[in-house]
Amino acid sequence: MLVHTPHPNLPPPSTSVGVIGWARKNLFSTPFNSALTLCALYIVVRFLPPVINWAFLDANWAGSTRDACTDGGACWVFVKVRLTQFMFGFYPADQYWRVILAFGLLGVLIAWLLLEKTPKKSWVAAFTILIYPIIAFILFYGGLGLPVVETNRWGGLMLTLILATIGMFFALPFGIILAMGRRSTMPIPRALSVVFIELWRGVPLITVLFMSSVMLPLFMPEDLRIDKLVRALIGISLFQSAYMAEVIRGGLQALPKGQSEAADALGLSYWQAMFLIILPQALKTVIPGIVNTFIELFKDTTLVLIIGLMDLLSIVQSAFSDPKWLGFSVEGYVFAGLVYWIFCFSMSRYSQHLEKKLHTGHKR
Amino acid sequence: MTQALTQPTPAHEDLAIEVKGMHKWYDEFHVLKDINLTVKRKERIIICGPSGCGKSTLIRCLNRLEVHQRGEIRIDGIELNDDLKHIEKIRRDIGMVFQQFNLFPHLTVMENCCLAPIWVLKEPRREAEETAMRYLERVKIPDQADKYPGQLSGGQQQRVAIARSLCMNPNIMLFDEPTSALDPEMIKEVLDVMVDLANEGMTMLCVTHEMGFAKTVADRVIFMDSGEIIEENNPESFFSNPQSDRTKLFLSQIL
Repeated sequence: MLVHTPHPNLPPPSTSVGVIGWARKNLFSTPFNSALTLCALYIVVRFLPPVINWAFLDANWAGSTRDACTDGGACWVFVKVRLTQFMFGFYPADQYWRVILAFGLLGVLIAWLLLEKTPKKSWVAAFTILIYPIIAFILFYGGLGLPVVETNRWGGLMLTLILATIGMFFALPFGIILAMGRRSTMPIPRALSVVFIELWRGVPLITVLFMSSVMLPLFMPEDLRIDKLVRALIGISLFQSAYMAEVIRGGLQALPKGQSEAADALGLSYWQAMFLIILPQALKTVIPGIVNTFIELFKDTTLVLIIGLMDLLSIVQSAFSDPKWLGFSVEGYVFAGLVYWIFCFSMSRYSQHLEKKLHTGHKR
Repeated sequence: MTQALTQPTPAHEDLAIEVKGMHKWYDEFHVLKDINLTVKRKERIIICGPSGCGKSTLIRCLNRLEVHQRGEIRIDGIELNDDLKHIEKIRRDIGMVFQQFNLFPHLTVMENCCLAPIWVLKEPRREAEETAMRYLERVKIPDQADKYPGQLSGGQQQRVAIARSLCMNPNIMLFDEPTSALDPEMIKEVLDVMVDLANEGMTMLCVTHEMGFAKTVADRVIFMDSGEIIEENNPESFFSNPQSDRTKLFLSQIL
């Protein structure tokens, strides 16, 4: 009987693996790519050392006045002296612990939810959604024996994080509801969703914020005063939920029709099919889009400067006009940029990790 | 089996499916024209015909994946209309297998099988998993229970899809071209499962081009063209002695 024996697998040619293989494939695959590689190399060699010199080697770290900055490099003393203000705004210094405790607790809760193999995730999630906001409000604002700190004293990174966290907290669920509404076959929910989304997408965020702080009070009864921060938060949440809705709608539309048909044929109700079959897959598909919207939201919080809220960027900018520290705007901007970058980059990395974790098909 | 055709009106309890004067339109297009069909319990029916003849649409109307506009459909005596309660009951009663499998890719094989029993029938998880394992053994893939659908071959996926439907313990199974998306090597493993199912007395309606399968298991073969039932007969007569010219032409092309 004729038996077919497959040929043994041969090792790949040595030029296609290892460092040389990698460089050939990624850096010098064509003459044009080789030229680009050399150009990039030149730029790195030419410009990186001065930047490193300025930021680290010639920089001034010690001291507490501008006289300490003599080496010609960056003057990080400015940032060091102003750091608590950049972090907490005009929050009373003896109450900083409240802010630290609130964010620390949030950090623990989020880590609990994001890390794998932590027990009782659903209880922690319920606590984070239902109870934590109350605790955070009391810590930030006051009550239950804690002295009240008005929102106009909130500022810096603390304010930026509050705006971003609450914005994300509302934008995702609102976005999901709006996307479902827009895909609905029922005419009224669909019409309402379309009008809402198109209205909010059609105006710039800066207009929304301006309207919420300047125009809205004109139309509201004298005795009904809503805090400026709350108005900005509502504006940001509604604005971003419209964008989120369109991102999620993309995911819903990308899902083959067979998925909802199979769910129907098995007898699942609309809501069961939505939450068990459709949304888990649709949201997974659009993780990059959702994170993109989150990152945008995070950076867009800088626009609250226009209505006089002192977020991280505006408080850094206001420090430039301190007569004792004139001329250190570059250090301030670099610092603010670095802080924004750390947060946005972390979100981006986590989303990549999440995509890998949720991938269930063939690995390519 | 031919008695089914000649008997005037069989007793109500014997009827699994009863379709009377059913019409369906896609916008202007008249896709199903005056469909009359009765299926007795444990009957195995094969529906064939050229593509676009409405055969898939017909079986999709039976569990309301498509909505018919005129006529009457009764499944186990329950009328299929806009009443959500009726639709819910009928869908629990009918299992469906699709051409493209339509497994849920974000769930494992086991979760695919247990989902509907747990959420629709409110079975306890352990019980649902035991049932699922039994059916996975029946379709001969118990060892794949913890894999995701994307890691299985087409034939394995389709067998999981059959097991998933069986977990709901349906009285009727609909098959919409279950082997058309499969490589030739995998068609047999799926057909074997379907033959087993037929031999156990499941009421089956199957849209397929597998004429060998039709000859082995069918009690009745239905031939459709341009939205109408042209001919129905037992398989021996259908294949050896087709009545209409359209049927003869169709059979000469596929056999």
